[in-house]
Amino acid sequence: MAKSYYDPADLRKFGKITEWSEELGNKFFDYYGKVFEEGALSAREKSLIALAVSHVVKCPYCIDAYTKDGLQRGITKEEMMEAVHAGAAIESGATLVHGVQMMNKYDKLSM
Amino acid sequence: MTQSILTDIKKAAKKSLKAQQDALANTQKQLEILNGGPFEDGELPYFKDKIAETGQFPLKPKTLEVLQINVGYMCNQVCGHCHVDAGPDRKEIMTRETMEQCLEVIRNTGAHTLDLTGGAPEMNPDFRWFVEEASKAGIKDFIVRSNLTIILANKKYHDLPEFFKKHNVHVVSSMPHYTRGKTDKQRGDGVFDKSIKALQMLNEVGYGMPESDLRLDLVYNPSGAFLPGDQAAMEHDFKKALKEDFDIDFHNLFAITNLPISRFLDYLIASDNYEDYMYSLVEAYNPAAVENVMCTNTISISWDGWLYDCDFNQMLDLKVASKVKHIKDYNDDILSNRDIIISQHCYGCTAGAGSSCQGTVA
Repeated sequence: MAKSYYDPADLRKFGKITEWSEELGNKFFDYYGKVFEEGALSAREKSLIALAVSHVVKCPYCIDAYTKDGLQRGITKEEMMEAVHAGAAIESGATLVHGVQMMNKYDKLSM
Repeated sequence: MTQSILTDIKKAAKKSLKAQQDALANTQKQLEILNGGPFEDGELPYFKDKIAETGQFPLKPKTLEVLQINVGYMCNQVCGHCHVDAGPDRKEIMTRETMEQCLEVIRNTGAHTLDLTGGAPEMNPDFRWFVEEASKAGIKDFIVRSNLTIILANKKYHDLPEFFKKHNVHVVSSMPHYTRGKTDKQRGDGVFDKSIKALQMLNEVGYGMPESDLRLDLVYNPSGAFLPGDQAAMEHDFKKALKEDFDIDFHNLFAITNLPISRFLDYLIASDNYEDYMYSLVEAYNPAAVENVMCTNTISISWDGWLYDCDFNQMLDLKVASKVKHIKDYNDDILSNRDIIISQHCYGCTAGAGSSCQGTVA
């Protein structure tokens, strides 16, 4: 067994998940492929969204994949970092907005 | 660790691998690497086996369309990705005698495109004579691959835009990115500003303008261990940025994949990207690109007159598999019967939409 939970080489093997469940695996990859096609949003914009989400869900495979995807699309490092901040801002905002719940509870419990 | 290796590469990059006596200056060593690793282990298929799946082995030439002549490996730049390992220290330069042999072929060939490359072809002392003579041969498309900075490198080159115009040369220029940082990282400090100035000089004499017949195309190749994106999308981004920022016009952008040979191979290995890069190339393999891969319509001629299936095979010293191996013995019929020599670097030309000196092929 691998000595760590994440192995970069596993990313290339992603497609193998279909081997243990062909129908669901194929449905997922069809869906995935379709999502990232040009649409109302450009493939470039979707690549940046994917990069931001990759950070929020803290997926090292996805971060590798969408950093490379961004480079291939000519996306600059400034654009990439802004996308990461957009994700981080929502994530920290989601934490902080719970501060209101804390304040409500505090006030309710206090005389 | 990787960072310090990359710093060493950057420091050493002022010299060619050959001048550094680097192990990778040896083409046999490069071929060993291309035949080994994940291919030898059976993790990735050899290119030969891959094209055999669709009945495309052996790869055969079609009608000859392009004569690509490398007039010498000398260059004023030492780019990190260069498959020629070109630089100021390279002394291999085509002589006028070999040029005359080339002219004989140019006059008699059915090829519609003549493509001069290097190094910086303009640094060959007989470059202008050769262009003048070759332009009389009635070739439809006469390309010179210019690195742009040569135009500003010395006063004697400042009039190159006028010279190109006079002979109706089609200028194809390297431009890795429309931002300064990425360009200079790959090609050297100051290259971006000089390239911009050179493009403006070409525009001034009419090159690249929307309605102009003076063709100016740019070549984009990735500044790192990744494949080029969609050519049309990249062209759109380049056009927008270069117009808005510098008022520069050009016609087409060719997106070219870096092939894992010479200095780019050295970079891939030193940065621990080699294996991933080969996986990316194989994963992006496109049989439709094999159909139009450039070695099927091109002959590459080296500074000393040897014949190759492409400029990459030239740099790996893989001469054509034919009785005719030198320009002095050139014979279309005999050459057209040859099998094209392939190795794992060929995956670079068949990835995604394919890659050639004229951009995508599929």
